[in-house]
Amino acid sequence: MNKPEDINLEPAQPGFRTPSGIEVPEVATADMVDPARVGAPGEYPFTRGIFENGYRGRLWTFRQYSGFGSAEETNERYKFLIAQGQTGLSVALDLPTQCGYDPTDPMASAEVGKVGVSLSNLAEAEILFEGLDLAKLSTSFTINGTAAIVYAMYLAAADKRGIPRAKLTGTIQNDILKEYVARGTWIFPVRPSMRLIADSILYSNEQTPRFNPISIAGAHVRDAGCTAVEEIAYTLANAFAYVDELVARGANPNEFAKRLSFFFYVHMDFFEEICKFRAARRYWARKLKERYGVTDEKALMFRFGVVCGGSSLTAQQPLNNIVRVGIENMAAVLGGAQSIFTCAYDEAFQIPTETSAEIALRTQQIVAYESGISRTVDPLGGSYYVEWLTDRMEEEMEKVIKEIDDYGGTVRAVEDGYLQSRIARRALERKLDADKGERVVVGENYFRHAEQTSDFGEVFRMDPNISSKVVERFKRVKETRDNAAVTRALAKLREAAVKDGENLMPWLVDCCHAYATVGEMVSTLKAEWGEFQEPVRL
Amino acid sequence: MSLAGKRILIAKPGLDGHDVGAKIIALALRDAGAEVIYTGLRKAPEYIARVAVEEDVDAVGLSILSGSHVDLVRETARCLREAKAGNVKLFVGGTIPQEDNPALIEAGAAGIFNSSQRIEDVIAELARVLDAG
Repeated sequence: MNKPEDINLEPAQPGFRTPSGIEVPEVATADMVDPARVGAPGEYPFTRGIFENGYRGRLWTFRQYSGFGSAEETNERYKFLIAQGQTGLSVALDLPTQCGYDPTDPMASAEVGKVGVSLSNLAEAEILFEGLDLAKLSTSFTINGTAAIVYAMYLAAADKRGIPRAKLTGTIQNDILKEYVARGTWIFPVRPSMRLIADSILYSNEQTPRFNPISIAGAHVRDAGCTAVEEIAYTLANAFAYVDELVARGANPNEFAKRLSFFFYVHMDFFEEICKFRAARRYWARKLKERYGVTDEKALMFRFGVVCGGSSLTAQQPLNNIVRVGIENMAAVLGGAQSIFTCAYDEAFQIPTETSAEIALRTQQIVAYESGISRTVDPLGGSYYVEWLTDRMEEEMEKVIKEIDDYGGTVRAVEDGYLQSRIARRALERKLDADKGERVVVGENYFRHAEQTSDFGEVFRMDPNISSKVVERFKRVKETRDNAAVTRALAKLREAAVKDGENLMPWLVDCCHAYATVGEMVSTLKAEWGEFQEPVRL
Repeated sequence: MSLAGKRILIAKPGLDGHDVGAKIIALALRDAGAEVIYTGLRKAPEYIARVAVEEDVDAVGLSILSGSHVDLVRETARCLREAKAGNVKLFVGGTIPQEDNPALIEAGAAGIFNSSQRIEDVIAELARVLDAG
């Protein structure tokens, strides 16, 4: 076999299997599709989309993920993006905030403001959202381990500005199961974490009925090396675990399922990506109906956001990524996404510059307003190939979900490290395939320059003083707040943490109003619940 | 290329939770004959140095995707020296802009890897540096 570096010529025919391993027919024909399964848009089981009129009523939300450094700078970037036509905010938080450490914690020192904005207490939230109309803008937070706390802080910030909670729209990711598997910002053991998620969902249903209190995410397992089929399957298995938890708390799935939402990656295999969403929509609706007896049409609707990019992007010849993201953006639209984030071409390797962030947003605008693909509902519906592949992917998803069920469910598979090691093995296989040149990545293993460089052009450099600025302000808040009130609020939180069936959200909101810090709330809960012990199993 | 007989600690310093790269390398090095110890997530440099000494490893590989690589390499190198394990070779992998290479070498890295390198090249480079002593 040729070594990839020798090849600047055409690679061998890549074979006729999709990346998920599905053998594809030379030509798809009418006899391969059951027209009765195709159905109509806006009708159960929603293969062709959840809305009768597709994107005619409303386009998807353009939601670019951003946040870095201090609250002021991030606030400035948000205002810039809104001025350029962005329609929803997506808050990137730094790792100390995500893992529950204050900026002054020794564990946090190297990471304050690095991969997102530092949001350690209500004072920071007030600055972050200054001048932004929270009653109109939908705000999404990629937050998991501390999701309930950040949600409480958002409510406290809205309360202080006199914005009615019922008007708030947005999303917290709040999907802890995949953190144990692929993203790593877990804090507490699995079971109290599941309780915290149920608490926040139930509280949100009541207090912020237009807010999505969870976005069950496949994106991270996908980026970790899973196939599109596994991405959906693991995510739906996690979703069923949350549904089980809520049902056990006595909640009605006809109600809470209306506010469950999902989040996935879109990678490069165009039709697989489109069909995975069609298959997922149908499978989810069918299972909610069959397994949980859900009858409310709205509760059966599978709503999802996506990110185009991630590990499908390359460090070599990074401008090629603009093309990749454009293709992925189209797949997301043809798959029926409700919100789309297009990565900047340099995003997998650094915080995007203003230029690269703008190209990413322009990509969406070109797809939305120039390509015409959203003009009619589900334009690919009824295509023999698309319907056939949708059916095949649904079958394959069901097999993977059954394997997890047979293992004893996601919670168990996560607690003893089974899922983690399965995904790691898969990631190594994928890497070796790319090394061998079996998977073509243009500019990286084929069609490359003799001397490869990763030149991003402009490089984003963070103000090196940000960390000390954040730390200074943090210390000032701790000095000037009413410390007795903080102590009282934290004591109440701790009492509530040991009571079964007590919803922790009101206590967390109280803590936030008192300017308690993320680190303080997390330590209080850790004192009762302990920490997750990572099963290190290779 | 074989890493038979080598003991290697793969570690995740800092708070970054992206551990796929670390696990891929850990599995690949093990498949190449090395004895591999993996720390799991969120380990302080002091802890990593202590495990390196206790496990008597030849090399430590840090996996960092959060942008904090220069600080964390410097800190881990310092902890290794303090633990009298300054002879243990320190490698780093992750999303690292090329222009940071000089700073990383100065901070104590004996090798810098990224995800577009082939696994067999990573193994060959490790073997070369470790055999050179």
